[in-house]
Amino acid sequence: MVTGNTNMSGNRQRSFDPSPPYALEARDVNVSYGTSRAVLDVNLKIPEHTIVALIGPSGCGKSTLLRSFNRMNDFVRGAKVTGEILFKDSNIYDKAADPVLLRRQIGMVFQKPNPFPTSIRKNITWGPKINGYQGDYAALVETSLRRAALWDEVSGKLGESGLALSGGQQQRLCIARAIAMDPDVILMDEPCSALDPSSTLKIENLLLELKERFTIVIVTHNMQQARRVSDYTAFMYQGELVEFGPTDGVFETPQQELTRDYVSGRFG
Amino acid sequence: MITLGIVLVLLGEAVLFFEEVPLVDFITGTIWAPMFEPKSFGVLPLVCGTFLITCGAAMIGLPSGLGVGLFLNDFAPNWLRSIIKPVLEILAGIPTVVYGYFALTVVTPLMQRMSPSVEVFNAASAAIVVGVMVLPMVASLCDDAIRAVPRSIKEAGYALGATKCEVALQVTVPSALSGIVASFILAISRAFGETMAVTLAAGSTPKLTLNPFESVQTLTAYIAQVSTGDTPQGSLEYKSIFAVGMLLLVVTLFFNMLAYYLVKRFRTVTE
Amino acid sequence: MASMDDMLKSMSKSVTLTTGTANLGDSQIEHKAMIRAIWRPRPKRRWLAGRIFFLLTLLSTLIGLISLIFLLESILGQGWERVSWEFVSSFPSRIASRAGIKAALVGSLYLTGLVASIAIPLGVGAAVYLEEFAADTRLRRIIDVNIANLAGVPSIVYGMLGLMVFVRICALGHSLLAGACTMSLLILPVIIVTAREALKTVPMGVRLAALGLGATRWQTVRAHVLPTAMPGILTGVILSLSRAVGETAPLLMIGALSYMAFVPESPMDDFTVLPIQIFNWSARPQDEFRVAAAAGILVLLGVLLTVNACAIFARMRFQRKMQW
Repeated sequence: MVTGNTNMSGNRQRSFDPSPPYALEARDVNVSYGTSRAVLDVNLKIPEHTIVALIGPSGCGKSTLLRSFNRMNDFVRGAKVTGEILFKDSNIYDKAADPVLLRRQIGMVFQKPNPFPTSIRKNITWGPKINGYQGDYAALVETSLRRAALWDEVSGKLGESGLALSGGQQQRLCIARAIAMDPDVILMDEPCSALDPSSTLKIENLLLELKERFTIVIVTHNMQQARRVSDYTAFMYQGELVEFGPTDGVFETPQQELTRDYVSGRFG
Repeated sequence: MITLGIVLVLLGEAVLFFEEVPLVDFITGTIWAPMFEPKSFGVLPLVCGTFLITCGAAMIGLPSGLGVGLFLNDFAPNWLRSIIKPVLEILAGIPTVVYGYFALTVVTPLMQRMSPSVEVFNAASAAIVVGVMVLPMVASLCDDAIRAVPRSIKEAGYALGATKCEVALQVTVPSALSGIVASFILAISRAFGETMAVTLAAGSTPKLTLNPFESVQTLTAYIAQVSTGDTPQGSLEYKSIFAVGMLLLVVTLFFNMLAYYLVKRFRTVTE
Repeated sequence: MASMDDMLKSMSKSVTLTTGTANLGDSQIEHKAMIRAIWRPRPKRRWLAGRIFFLLTLLSTLIGLISLIFLLESILGQGWERVSWEFVSSFPSRIASRAGIKAALVGSLYLTGLVASIAIPLGVGAAVYLEEFAADTRLRRIIDVNIANLAGVPSIVYGMLGLMVFVRICALGHSLLAGACTMSLLILPVIIVTAREALKTVPMGVRLAALGLGATRWQTVRAHVLPTAMPGILTGVILSLSRAVGETAPLLMIGALSYMAFVPESPMDDFTVLPIQIFNWSARPQDEFRVAAAAGILVLLGVLLTVNACAIFARMRFQRKMQW
């Protein structure tokens, strides 16, 4: 299976280069957990101010790849990353690179909403506070919540617990929390998978607004979602990047047979 | 059923005791001298001794127990964890009398070498030993509480560019707080009710002092002292131990209820 | 790190951003506030704080490890030479060098056996009843809280209870039986709590499957639930037994002797146990007795280790059987 895929993907993935500047650039990235290899030789260029969707069947390594962009795999025991990931012209896996500073600039939103068990306000101010934000915190809270389209719903109850919100609101709170750090890139790991359709719709609309300001990489198992929101789509299968290109192209005229089978719903 | 039995027995004897010694004297008196004439039953010196040792033990056992819990979760690799855990269990399983021996033969001489004014029986070495004794309990309960904090919340902290220390102290610990506090309370209650180590190490001089290098007597040590001596049943001293036991029971029950309540609340928060 | 230029560039873009709900006039003012804001991450200082934090936790872990090593070292150093067959097989004596622990050792083993035969059936029975049969009533909840509380009552208070109930009211005297009853009371709550935890971990499916085959509730518990929960129950039982072996205070209360020149033969005989012997020797000023105490501790720890090893062995056997 694996060898077959190698043949199929060939040089195809490298043949497509979106126009620079790039927010993130992965070069020959491999991720392994112990003896099992989750991501194999991925090369991927993510242009600034776009939404890039990573799609593929479960276990294809898309979440692992996403988590290697802000070194969250550091916390997984036995995880090993090789290759280079360039962010602002330097390799984030360089010995001199500081993962803490990196994560301050590359935000992340997780699969399940995970607000801190404190007030809404504190959820947002905590990150900027530990990173030495010197500005007006009240303004920061309001701006972030407005950008996450949550302000109108929570403006009167900033002191209440973030856990008291509904699932969709919690997820938007997590997005607001990430925005408050004013990152360059936001990574999203299936942000809507735990939400109902109307919350999902809200978040998708939000993404389209946010890309004016941030670069967004989103992992999703929902192909319709990828089509609706993303500018570029990367299809991964069994750890390899099979196809990468403009979203319309990937879905309407896929170059690889595997991609065609997947987007037409024949497997996965 | 058993509680009822305990309460009844203690209450019965304690009432007899209080017939002879007024409750007010018992609680506010500052001299505890059941063996001498005139007899005096002010419980404050015993409470003071107990308090001294409990505080000392808490100062040693609680922070380091929490420290171990954090270390196990945030820094220790798997192999180290698999060594430390059994060691803690061994420490927790050592009989308390052994700790008493340890205090008397190792800790006290060590302290005497540092400062000759230290008495053979002193509160400090008892406190140190009791602190070490409750450490494994605090450590394993804190470890459980910290492990129960959802991984996703910690990851959210890291993803915002926080260091390990910041996540541990500002995210993990507050989330696990009620579990941690419950472990603290249980440890305090255990130190409070500890008998053997304290009897051996702290001596049997009821004294109203806050100097940890003097000999003191605790509530439990008094009970042990009376029951090992030749005190005739029915005498005033004999009855006095039930009054002291009653006090002991009330305080520990209070602590335990508090801890139980906290743990219950903690469960509803995490689930 | 983002340079100021980058920051300003990205900030200025935000002015043109329109969010679905934001009022544009307001947010422009706020964005200006954000542009003026400076981030001072102070990585050095935070790195240092992290180091200090790490060292502190490491230190507290070391306290535990070091005190264990220190403790074992001092006991081994003092007592190792005293441990001999003679030490184990002779009675205590006024002359320190001839004192032995025969009576105490036998008393301890005897007591443990009695405690096990009293406390295990009672404790496991109570746990099974509470977990499998009792209805969730107000009374049961009171019992729940009660048992949890009892586990935390100081052991010496149990001693006082034992003194009153078993020694005086039941007139058992300072006998082994009275000691065993007191100890059983002491460890019952622990057994009940751990056994209930073990029963709780048995998946509901096992129960439903058996009941669905037409088994009665009791048959279900006996044939399926108990065996599944056995490793957990055993662990709890053994741990509480080893607590009983090491416990001193309650027995001191009910009047176990510290000097015995004979071996107890029936449950009604007077007795002494290892921890009391150790306590007695440690409290004496002569160094020779301290050495004897250290040797006694070694034997006690040996007994405890054996008991725990048995527990681990038994648990492993049960677990192997469980892997169907």
